[in-house]
Amino acid sequence: MSTEEKKNAEGFGTTGHSWDGIEEWNNPMPRWWVWTFYITIIWAIGYVIAYPAWPLINGATSGLLGYSTRAEVAAQIAAVDEQNAELREKLASVDLTTISEDTALHNYAKQGGAAVFRNNCAQCHGSGANGIRMGSGYPNLLDDDWLWGGSIEEIAFTIRNGVRNEQSDDAHINDMPAFGDDWLEKAQIDQVVNYVLKLSGQDHDAGLATEGATIFLDECSSCHMEDGTGDSTTGAPNLADAIWLYDGDAATITETVTFARGGVMPAWAQEFNPGFGLSDAEINAVAAYVHQLGGGQ
Amino acid sequence: MWNAVKLVLLGLIVLGAAIAANFGRDLAYQVHAVIILAVAGGLFIWTLRRFGDERPAPAANEYNDGVVRAGVIATSFWGAVGFLVGVVIAFQLAYPWLNFDWAQGYANFGRLRPLHTSAVIFAFGGNALVMSSFYVVQRTSAARLWGGNLAWFVFWGYQLFIVLAATGYLLGATQSKEYAEPEWYVDLWLTIVWVAYLAVFLGTLIKRKEPHIYVANWFYLSFIVTVAMLHLVNNATIPVSIFGSKSVIVWAGVQDAMTQWWYGHNAVGFFLTAGFLGMMYYFVPKQAEKPVFSYKLSIVHFWALIFLYIWAGPHHLHYTALPDWASTLGMVFSIVLWMPSWGGMINGLMTLSGAWDKLRTDPVIRMMVISIGFYGMSTFEGPMMSIRAVNSLSHYTDWTIGHVHSGALGWNGMITFGALYFLVPRLWNRERLYSLSLVNWHFWLATIGIVLYASSMWVTGIMEGLMWREVDAQGFLVNSFADTVAAKFPMYVVRGLGGVLFLTGALIMCYNLWMTVKGQPKVSDEPAMAPAE
Repeated sequence: MSTEEKKNAEGFGTTGHSWDGIEEWNNPMPRWWVWTFYITIIWAIGYVIAYPAWPLINGATSGLLGYSTRAEVAAQIAAVDEQNAELREKLASVDLTTISEDTALHNYAKQGGAAVFRNNCAQCHGSGANGIRMGSGYPNLLDDDWLWGGSIEEIAFTIRNGVRNEQSDDAHINDMPAFGDDWLEKAQIDQVVNYVLKLSGQDHDAGLATEGATIFLDECSSCHMEDGTGDSTTGAPNLADAIWLYDGDAATITETVTFARGGVMPAWAQEFNPGFGLSDAEINAVAAYVHQLGGGQ
Repeated sequence: MWNAVKLVLLGLIVLGAAIAANFGRDLAYQVHAVIILAVAGGLFIWTLRRFGDERPAPAANEYNDGVVRAGVIATSFWGAVGFLVGVVIAFQLAYPWLNFDWAQGYANFGRLRPLHTSAVIFAFGGNALVMSSFYVVQRTSAARLWGGNLAWFVFWGYQLFIVLAATGYLLGATQSKEYAEPEWYVDLWLTIVWVAYLAVFLGTLIKRKEPHIYVANWFYLSFIVTVAMLHLVNNATIPVSIFGSKSVIVWAGVQDAMTQWWYGHNAVGFFLTAGFLGMMYYFVPKQAEKPVFSYKLSIVHFWALIFLYIWAGPHHLHYTALPDWASTLGMVFSIVLWMPSWGGMINGLMTLSGAWDKLRTDPVIRMMVISIGFYGMSTFEGPMMSIRAVNSLSHYTDWTIGHVHSGALGWNGMITFGALYFLVPRLWNRERLYSLSLVNWHFWLATIGIVLYASSMWVTGIMEGLMWREVDAQGFLVNSFADTVAAKFPMYVVRGLGGVLFLTGALIMCYNLWMTVKGQPKVSDEPAMAPAE
């Protein structure tokens, strides 16, 4: 159907048809295009013979190489598991207080603990473990100010059982009263807040703080201690330093005294989270990691 | 008689919508019922007022260009809207505080993201396809659109679909399927509109005066037919109540995932590839004033493309619950698809042989050429990313986003801009475009915008893929997810800036097209006539 009148430089005519002025050359398909197309087809045939590809009535062809994505992942995990088997076994039953004496084990625990931390703890405590920011309500784990104790065993206990959750019977729990509920008058709260400002070395009203000292002794010192330094056996925060779980300005302290606080941390052990909790080895690892961040006792 | 039937139908719709608005169980459904009530009520009054008027029938040998003109306006409008929302969500990712508290539940990222994707794919791309297919099928068949005002029903029906879909997203009505978010009644409406579209297109082809069907129309037809099939299967749902927007998908588990990506991938294949190749096959030879490079290549790559594309969906589900055999087939067909895709690129680029000098003088042809270039690049990148080993790095990362946008902004966007610059002077009978130098500005802003977008997403995508999989000597993960997010920040800003450039270019185009219609002298008052047999 080629026309004789019109030829291009290669000597090919058009198909002899025109749509709204558009014509088509009778050029052959480029050879490189055809050959690349053939090569991809040949490669495809080889690939579907080598790998699982065609569905059958029950199952599918498994391919000459016997490849499976799940088996590949399982093999990679098994290889790492095997490599670390000895250390992992040791870690699950180690006496945490002596872990730092075994350098290989301690390094393994720190590395593994860091990975566990990034996947499970960073959401609240921040990927750098600094509690995201001061006053976020999530404790900073880099300093030596510990709510529930900073020894490696205390840290492991807290990770295992958590704080104020309904999962573990051993979860840390304390219950600060909301002093605004028919307990202290607004004026009294002002006074005690000024005393707390004084304890932590901030600007305060000296007159109000003097009045507040008596209230503090009567109402607060049983947990926070007479000097306000807190008590890690009951989880009472130290009020006499510059570190604040919730902010340390007058407005935030007033809110804390009036309504109380009660942050929750999950119990991470597998027994409380069947299928996805942390194993003993992982708890020990993340405890070792947190302990060596700077503030461990 | 027909007007009386129409009045009865519209009256029933008004009544039904009023009942639906009254009994509606959720806000999106009620708002949609009120929108339908208003539209049907307005049409009822309009039809009533014109009842019995004598209207001259349009000459059967005159092209129906009114609906194409409306499509050009809709394409430009929805394009600007879609790009704008894209820029907003790009910056929401870079600066999360842009998810304002007062806008939670309406204009946060999660609500705006489907608004952006649907606005650019279905509103901008869809209008471009409907509009250009109506233009091309008339010109290449030498026949007026079949079905009288049915083409206008397709146009307005499609706009109603867009409005229902968009308002639904903002109000939280979604069936949670990517690119198929609209709920059941919006899907049903689109089905009706799509069948009408198929009827108009096929009807025009059947009454064509040309002996053969032009290649552009093969692509358009494959796009219309396949999208109908994909739409019906992927949106098979059972409504929880006829008075609520929520519905339950009939597919479950991995079958549902596979159906979704069979749909999702072929939405790319037939909506954004086959349909737009139809545009390319008409506008490139027209603008270049050269014959198409190879008829033989067009046949072979057409059939190879539509046969192979439909199998490639499983490559979206590598390393998931999908069985390995399906994943292998998806990958293999994707790679064999490489050359059939490039057939379109070769035919487009080689059509310019002997006319390459036009690249210097004609910014419209330059736009079309770079669009074909981006088409070639993304149809190479796609098969490459479908390889299991590559996908294990690229999947779930921003690389995918970059890939999609080099295709959408580069290929779909640029070829549509080229078509709009081609069409507006012809449709409105103007001698020429208002300003070629503004077309030049648009070209460079859009091109630099795409380069910033794609390259920043390559960098950040590969970076996060490497960070996610990084393990130390003892097999422990090195990075937390938050670390990877923080590391992406500079690239997110660059991506947003790329979007700003692309949007600016599109706004310049809208101004240029507006001034062409408003300010350029008319060629003649003669309507466009189909040639006599």
